[in-house]
Amino acid sequence: MSDTTTRPTQQLPLRPDLALIAQWIPQGARVLDLGCGDGALLDYLSRERGCTGYGVEIDDARVLACVRRGVDVIQRDIEAGLGMFGAGAFDVVVLSMALQATHQTEKVLAEMSQVAAQGIVSIPNFGHWYHAWSILMGRMPVSREMPYQWYDTPNLHLATVRDFEEFLARLELSIIRRAFLANGQPIARLPGLRATQAIYSFRRG
Amino acid sequence: MTASAVEPQRIRFDAPLALSSGASISDYELVYETYGEPNADGSNAVLVCHALNASHHVAGVSSLDPDDIGWWDNMVGPGKPVDTRRFFVIGVNNLGSCFGSTGPMSINPATGKPYGPDFPVVTVEDWVHSQARLADRLGIDRFAAVMGGSLGGMQALAWSTLYPERLRHCVAIASAPRLSAQNIAFNEVARRAILTDPEFHGGRFYDHGVVPSRGLQVARMIGHITYLSDDSMAEKFGRALRDNAERAQPGDYRFTFDVEFEIESYLRYQGEKFARYFDANTYLLITRALDYFDPARHAGGDLSQVLGKAHAAFLIASFTTDWRFAPERSREIVQALLKAGRRVSYAEINAPHGHDAFLLEDPQYHAIIRSYFERIAAECAAGGDRE
Repeated sequence: MSDTTTRPTQQLPLRPDLALIAQWIPQGARVLDLGCGDGALLDYLSRERGCTGYGVEIDDARVLACVRRGVDVIQRDIEAGLGMFGAGAFDVVVLSMALQATHQTEKVLAEMSQVAAQGIVSIPNFGHWYHAWSILMGRMPVSREMPYQWYDTPNLHLATVRDFEEFLARLELSIIRRAFLANGQPIARLPGLRATQAIYSFRRG
Repeated sequence: MTASAVEPQRIRFDAPLALSSGASISDYELVYETYGEPNADGSNAVLVCHALNASHHVAGVSSLDPDDIGWWDNMVGPGKPVDTRRFFVIGVNNLGSCFGSTGPMSINPATGKPYGPDFPVVTVEDWVHSQARLADRLGIDRFAAVMGGSLGGMQALAWSTLYPERLRHCVAIASAPRLSAQNIAFNEVARRAILTDPEFHGGRFYDHGVVPSRGLQVARMIGHITYLSDDSMAEKFGRALRDNAERAQPGDYRFTFDVEFEIESYLRYQGEKFARYFDANTYLLITRALDYFDPARHAGGDLSQVLGKAHAAFLIASFTTDWRFAPERSREIVQALLKAGRRVSYAEINAPHGHDAFLLEDPQYHAIIRSYFERIAAECAAGGDRE
């Protein structure tokens, strides 16, 4: 990722799903950002909303990018477990556009619900009409949210909006809020077909 | 490039220093070096704490010996990750060491003879208190950072809880919150090698004009094994045989207990080199300081309770192939800091060199330290503006 080498002095606009997530996080919250990338969300939350917390990231270049911008980051594979972060230690735990690349998706979500009162997840919506169209045309879909060929994709567990909502229900996680983006713009109608990204905030029970 | 020659300096302390053991030491000296210049408000001082066999000579070329380059010269210096164009860096030789500060080889004022085995057992905390006194004398109220690797990292951790107000950042690399039974076991083997050497003479070998060289050599060989990874040893030496004219064919065994394998030759060389310059009593003292370090001991084993006293922000780093102080040991520190709600970043460096990696150049490792210190330098500059 080229943006991992960006100097902290350049304040680039947040990725649209992160900008939306940031609006859902209360002032002064303690935040754990899983798969935090270059730390852009935590950097924004700390500057604009007085939040504190840590990023968790496994990739060397992204860990370095976080240190460069002064975001506290723990180098760790989130699938190795979140036990070190302590139960209920955070107000909000975020996992943006990374759940689909986890091996033990169910375990990750269950652990998220332990570590904070509120979880926020953004996922690519595999049910987007273009994906269906692409498959009808005999091709695996390649899109802005999933810019990979079938042979080099890190994505393992892709879901549609309906799949994911059923999954949350099965894990006894209640949806607090949801939002849908189509190419970075909020949409309301026919999200199952039109959304490229879905964002959920949830809590236990 | 290294800066011009560095002159070691010396400060004498008259007031007795109470030690963890209950003993005290008065009239002692600390040897130290400094690199770079203090800024106007004195906010750019960095203390570098040394590990088992190192000294105050952290960086640059010693004024006493042009071949003597500091032990962390790849880390500290102009343009290095800890950039001495921005930071005023201090290296100090610990009490009990054999590189100039008062230790077992020094004359005990009470007897007029070397302390030898009578030098009091010192702990990591004792060192930190003595370093704080040095800081007082140098007029440093608060360090921008206290940093160290291995045993040096333990000192940095101890600083963060003993003098919370006196450091803004704590950098502990390839360190551990306490030794494991295995770590202590290796130390004990090393100590037994020294203590049972007939030339040790109960620690009074100076009086006999000898050195327990064989014991020191074995101690160093054992230690050295724990500093390297299995992989790096395999890559560097493998099962390669030492060249020897007595072999009928290259690669033939000689069926002897003399040096056969390259690794044996290397360890013996390291042992012999070490025994020529290191003091046996110091080796005992420093390994014991390692054994005793356990800041959670008086908190029912709860490290987070102890680290909760700290005000500093922490950078913790470990190396994947380090089995002496493995990444799990650093994660214990990180977990305690998380529980205590302290600011912490943790980097787990993928490096092949085992424990020694903290002394070597690795692009990711040095980039992390460099970036972290760039942030500290920016804070120093901001703090200076506010004054």
